[in-house]
This record gives sequence, structure tokens and C-alpha cells, in this order.
Amino acid sequence: MIYVIVENLQGSIRKASIEAVSYAVALSEKLQKPLQGIALGPFKEGELQKLSQYGLEQLIHVTNEAYKDFSSINYTNAVAQVVKDPTVIVLPQGYDGRALAPRLSIRLQMPLLSGIHTLLEPYEQGYKAQRIAYSNKGIETVYTPSQKVIVTLKANSFVPQKKEASLNITTTEVAAATDKERVVGREQFSGKVPLTEANVVVSGGRGLKGPENWGMIEELAQLLGAATACSKPVADEGWRPHHEHVGQTGIQIAPNVYIAIGISGAIQHLAGVSASKNIIVINKDKDAPFFKNCDYGVVGDAFEVVPKLIEAIKRYKGLA
Amino acid sequence: MKVLVAISHVPDTTTRITFTEDKKALNKQGVTFIINPYDEFSLSYAVGLKEQNKAKEVIVLCVGPKEVESTLKKALAIGADKAVRIDTEPKDAFIVAANIAAYAKEQNFDLLLFGKESIDFNGSQVPGMVAELLQLPFVSFATKMEIENGKAKVTREISGGSEILEVELPLVLSAQKGLAKERIPNMRGIMMARRKPVEVIAPTETQPKVETLQLDYPKGRTQCKFIDPENIDELVQVLVNLGALN
Repeated sequence: MIYVIVENLQGSIRKASIEAVSYAVALSEKLQKPLQGIALGPFKEGELQKLSQYGLEQLIHVTNEAYKDFSSINYTNAVAQVVKDPTVIVLPQGYDGRALAPRLSIRLQMPLLSGIHTLLEPYEQGYKAQRIAYSNKGIETVYTPSQKVIVTLKANSFVPQKKEASLNITTTEVAAATDKERVVGREQFSGKVPLTEANVVVSGGRGLKGPENWGMIEELAQLLGAATACSKPVADEGWRPHHEHVGQTGIQIAPNVYIAIGISGAIQHLAGVSASKNIIVINKDKDAPFFKNCDYGVVGDAFEVVPKLIEAIKRYKGLA
Repeated sequence: MKVLVAISHVPDTTTRITFTEDKKALNKQGVTFIINPYDEFSLSYAVGLKEQNKAKEVIVLCVGPKEVESTLKKALAIGADKAVRIDTEPKDAFIVAANIAAYAKEQNFDLLLFGKESIDFNGSQVPGMVAELLQLPFVSFATKMEIENGKAKVTREISGGSEILEVELPLVLSAQKGLAKERIPNMRGIMMARRKPVEVIAPTETQPKVETLQLDYPKGRTQCKFIDPENIDELVQVLVNLGALN
């Protein structure tokens, strides 16, 4: 049996889980093995049914209230109790998946292939797949001789395929094992698009000269439904919060479109963003290294180009 | 408290990565190695605990061959009390985790600190595996921690926000940026590091579960298409074509 774990983000299913479900459906067809989804904790009314649009037919829902908060211990116990003879377990490589997958790997004695972006392929005695290594500077083909394997799927690497199915949800209860990892508070970053899930990211660098100039970055992001990000010096200066820092020591992202404004494109920055499918660079220095590592470039002063771009988008949208 | 900081020996962030001819390994020639930056947040945090008299001993550990001792020495210069090297090739995350867990089992650590991932294999596997092997609580992507009366209050990054957890010690934690500011070793630290011990111990696990078949370079970007800032509507059209604007 192949299993796919659906992350519970305060009762909602996020994009990363839909990608994982769609990936698991494709894998189930390829390996000719049945697939079951696993969801833990309370979800919003009708939320889990949405997975039927992506070809999922069977789902086990562990309904205990206790699983509304992620706990690596409790989730590991619950998943280990629910699975029966698992061959592959698929998880999104998100914040929870990165804590859960390695625990499950030990508990179930299934090797872990993490952050993979290709469909698992039978190879010799086991499986192989590809993943990013060296912070986007390399692609690693990994192999495990095991017949049983856990994989975490890199965000934005698998395009969900719509496929209508009739979804049968089985509910069950598994008592939560401990309260050793107790969530006592939560803070959402002002209702914006989460950086790691965003289709489009608008990012600003030192070229913007100061935090007071971020208004146009936010306006552009809002027009594009994009998340905002920044380079390391900007976060280090305290112009923007650390959770917006993308780069080798910040967050690694792979959006469809990355727009870099006033960022020179140092190798450490590229390491965090070069997995983006398309990169657009706006910089007044025509020799900025980023222009050698992008798809589209505008050589010009951000303080002239960005307001012009905002106006042009508004015209396009019929807002101006 | 007794604190373990497990570190990885990784290529410097500015390194141009090249692979060996057989495409199986990193070409180490001319590469400067550093403490994995995320592990360094943990190390700095642990050294801070010592300064506040909350930690008695900070032990820094690395699984790897002799060459990783240069990186362990840097960690000693930053302020760890003692270094331990487990003498085996870190062929996969399981080997690293199994050896760390076997060592930690004998030591009664109150805190076992890691980075959220290493910048070479970016796997995020080792800390969770160690937590499970030792049956300990685990908080990943920690950006803040306060310890009072044997309990930790930890802030963890989540999708689009953060959450705060209360966790009893002993605890396994993986650091995200924010946990502590990096520390630069001073002259005194470097001098003192020379006298601090590096204990070498034999591995308990040497069989990997996952292997690298091949390493390739990512596809480079085809040439940048330049758009005249005077013709900004062309950029709008690009955004439309890429599905960024509708």
C-alpha cells in the first residue's frame, strides 16, 4: 500500500499537500499499487473532500481533536498505528513533514529520500529519485536498495493534476500518546501568501536603500498575489523580518516567478532562489551577476522602473 | 545543563561547487569548509547559555573523517568546551543519526541541538532521526527558545507564521535563523581552542540506507532577455505569459 500524508494547517489543506496527493496518485498508477491518504485532526467542513478532485479514492481520517496541533511524537505514533504494510509513504517536505518523516523513517524502518522532485522509479533492488543538493548548486540522484521507502516531496516541484474521483473517507481514532510537545500559541504573519507556497515572489535587496521604500514592493506583490521576500543584508539590517530572507541561510524557494529588485545576485542568494522556474531581475547595475542567472532583465533604477511597472499592471487590470 | 551541538562540515557558502569525474562526490580540492550555518545558530545559542550560567558543559560533535577536525576546532574557538569526532564517513543521514544517538545515550544531555538542515545535502533528516532513536521530543525550525525550570518555551517557524511550544527537557531541537546571532571567534577563543580536547570515538553504525548514484549540475539559465525600461508593457506581457498576472 502507498500512503500519502495530508498536512493539517489549522483545519485547511495547503497547496503542498495537494501536490503530495497528486504525486502519490501518479506514483500509485506507475507502481500499480493501491493508495490511501492519511489526515490527522479536525478539518474544516468539506475540506478533505476537495482531494477527490486530484484522484484520491481512499482516505483515513484520524479525527481526535488532539491532532489539531502538530506534534512530531504524536503524529509519528498515529501514522505508525494507521499504516498497514506500507511500501511508500509520501509527505510534503514542509515544516511538519521535515519533522515527521525522519521519525517515521526510524520507527517503521523505511529509508527516507527527502526533498525529491521526480517520480520515484524502481531501480535495481529498490528505488531511485532526484533531489536538489548543495543548496541548488547540484542535483543528486539518490538510490535506496529498500523495497519500502518514505519520500518527502519538494514544494512547487510537482504540478497537481486535476482528476475527478469518488473519495471514500474512513474515520478512526488513535489516542494521542503524549503532551510533551505542547503548542501554546500561534502567530500568522498578517494574512499574506506564505513564502514557500507562493506562485510569485517579489523580493527586494539593498538597492532599495531603506525599509521606508518597501511600499512599492508590497504594492507590486499585492497586485500579483505574490509573497514578499528580501536578501540577507536587508534582513540583517533589520529592514525586513528574518522570515522573509531568501538565500542559502534563509528560506529556499522555488516559485513559478521570482522577481528580484535591487538584488545583485551573490552566489549565496542564488542558492536560495535558483530553483525558481522563471527569474526576472530589475537592477540599475548592468554588470550585476544576477543578469547572468535570470530569464528576463530590466536595467534601470528600481525607483523608476517599479512604479512604472505598477502603473502598467494597473492599466492591464483595468484599475487605472 | 549539559548541551550537545551536532555540526556538519560543509563547503563555504561562496564556494562554486564542482563534482568528481565519476559524478559521485564533491570535488574537495580548493574548497574551504565551514560549520554548517544553521548548526552555527545552535552553537551560538549554546555558548550563550554558558555565559548565562545555564549550561555547564557544551560538547560539539561531528561525524566524519580526520579532516572535519578543522571545523570542530572552529566550534571550540567559538566557545564549546569539548569536541567529539565519531570516526566514520557520513555516507547518509542514517549513519550520522545512529552514531550521534549511540553517543548521546551514554551522556545524559539536557539539550541536543542541530541545524534545520545542512547546506550540502539539505535533507533535514538527522535531528528527527536522533529524536526518534532516543525517544525524545523534537522541535524543528526553532527561531527562539527560553529555558526555565527544566522546561523550554520554543518558537518554531510554520507555513506563513510561527507557533510557540512548551516542551520538557531533554529536548532535540533544529535551529532556523533567529535562534541566536552568529559569533565570531576572538583571539582568546582561538588560543584556548588549542588546549581543548578532541575526543575520537569509533562508530557504531557504518552501513548506509541511501546512496548517491550521481551528482549533476542544475540546468543553467538560457540567456537573459533584456527588456527596455521605456517599454514596460513588454514586462507586463511577460508576467501574463508566465501566469503571474491574470
